[in-house]
Amino acid sequence: MSTTVTDQSRGASPGGRPPGTPGVLAALETVRDPELDEPITSLGFVASCTVSADGDARVRLRLPTYFCAPNFAFLMVADAYDAVSAMPGVRTVEVVLEDHFAADVINGGVAARAGFARSFDGEAVGELHELRADFLRKAVMAGTDQVCRPLAAAGRGPDALAGLTLGEVPPSPALARLRQRRAELGLPAGDDAPLLIDPATGSPLAPDAVPLHLRRAHTTRISIEANTGICRGMLRHRYAASGLGEEDQ
Amino acid sequence: MYEKNGEKYFVVDSHMHYWNAAPDNWVQGAEQYAKGWIECFHAYQGLGPPATHWTLEHFQKYSEEDLMKDVFENGYVDVAIFQPTYLKEWYKEGFNTTERNALMGQRHPGRFRYNTRWDPRDGDEGLRVLRENVERFGSQGCKLYTAEWNNGSRGWKLTDPGAYRYLEACQALGVKNIHVHKGPTIWPLDKDAFDVSDVDHAATDFPGLNFIVEHVGLPRIEDFCFMATQEPNVYAGLAVVIGGLMHARPKFFAKVMGELLFWVGEDKMTFGSDYAIWEPRWQVEGLVDWDYPDREEFSDYPEVTTATKKKILGLNAAKLYGIEVPAECRLDAQAATSA
Repeated sequence: MSTTVTDQSRGASPGGRPPGTPGVLAALETVRDPELDEPITSLGFVASCTVSADGDARVRLRLPTYFCAPNFAFLMVADAYDAVSAMPGVRTVEVVLEDHFAADVINGGVAARAGFARSFDGEAVGELHELRADFLRKAVMAGTDQVCRPLAAAGRGPDALAGLTLGEVPPSPALARLRQRRAELGLPAGDDAPLLIDPATGSPLAPDAVPLHLRRAHTTRISIEANTGICRGMLRHRYAASGLGEEDQ
Repeated sequence: MYEKNGEKYFVVDSHMHYWNAAPDNWVQGAEQYAKGWIECFHAYQGLGPPATHWTLEHFQKYSEEDLMKDVFENGYVDVAIFQPTYLKEWYKEGFNTTERNALMGQRHPGRFRYNTRWDPRDGDEGLRVLRENVERFGSQGCKLYTAEWNNGSRGWKLTDPGAYRYLEACQALGVKNIHVHKGPTIWPLDKDAFDVSDVDHAATDFPGLNFIVEHVGLPRIEDFCFMATQEPNVYAGLAVVIGGLMHARPKFFAKVMGELLFWVGEDKMTFGSDYAIWEPRWQVEGLVDWDYPDREEFSDYPEVTTATKKKILGLNAAKLYGIEVPAECRLDAQAATSA
């Protein structure tokens, strides 16, 4: 049984016309699985989403397994709640995670805005900012591979790559994504920032550190992609119907 | 043994199970976890070829005959290594215990090795049981399951002081193969519970033990690779890599194999079917037939040879467990037959 998450007073943004289901879905597209670095919509995690004429939004989320890590699950439910609440015209928000061993705690904790540590009282000391940052750094590494592979294939060696700034790299969706992830971490992301940095410190990389850095970036990307593949396969086995906005890749 | 194109492959299934997850074994009050657990396993089976899928009912509890047929008769396996998983908070008699495995295996001499397990939270009594199991079943290895729930605690780490007492005991008892499994995991809740850095520390501090990281640290393959490349006694257990990716995601399978061959190397990778999640037959056949789909795209990675596959499928694990390999299946047999 799932706990219902409803918030009548805080967070929701009254005023204006209700956004409609496509609008709410668009808000959910901004919510990512922190571990897989993909929107919860394209991963198929949004089971349903409705919004009434009065602006009452109802979202149901689902995950590939009953035992998916509760900390990441908490972040997704909380982020979904915040994203939908921020939409003009939304009066109340209900986000329910289904079929998960910690669903009651997560749903109740997000509804009460209790934060992670209070929701899992006695089991967690800290909030999840550092966990999120760890995975953003992995996303930066994976994105570095996406951006650098074509450049390396076109003949740019370690010295050339170490000398490039973000503004000198031809624009692409992968580059935009890398810059966004870096900005989220507070790392340099402007045109004059170096393309290659240490995601832990933000310092530029020396040319002799570039080959190993790129090797690690590649492995990180493959790990994330392989995990995503397994998660998608498990979700498909668990639920016959596609999620809203689900895209197979 | 599996034979293809005149090559003979000795097969050691270094990670497999004989479980009972049927409702008759569910702990009262914990039914949702017992049910959720086996359904999660069953979903993994969905990643294998459709012709090998079982009904959930069969998957919950299969017979000794099923196992012998699937693993040895049809699955080409020569020797199988039982890896117990207790989960006694959810399953009354345990999910698959050392005793259950050995009771069954002893009717088939020479076919099995019985690994045991321990949990540092069991304290002195656990140490006593570890010694007893090693004596009774001749265990040369153990399976550590760090996500197990135990009396209100929902996990542990290899670096816990209590765990080091057990690792010392393993070293003294000759239990030298430590199979480590992370997840699907819970604890520590506010950190990355799949983090493998504790294995790194333990491997450095216990150079006389081998640490086989099951499922290659999935979902943290990258962290596992960066660690394994620095630790001579860390191995990659391939259960889930082959079963979960080779059929369902062949392109990622090729990339993950390439990464493992690059960082860990063919001498430190071991096959495990994870039976009964997946039957070994299609995995053995598929791995022997497998190569990178496009040599150019995968040019970063080491070559995959017949010797690579022989090592992964059986020779590496045979070395870890002191299993004698018939002369016709050894690597030097190649030179002898082709001369």
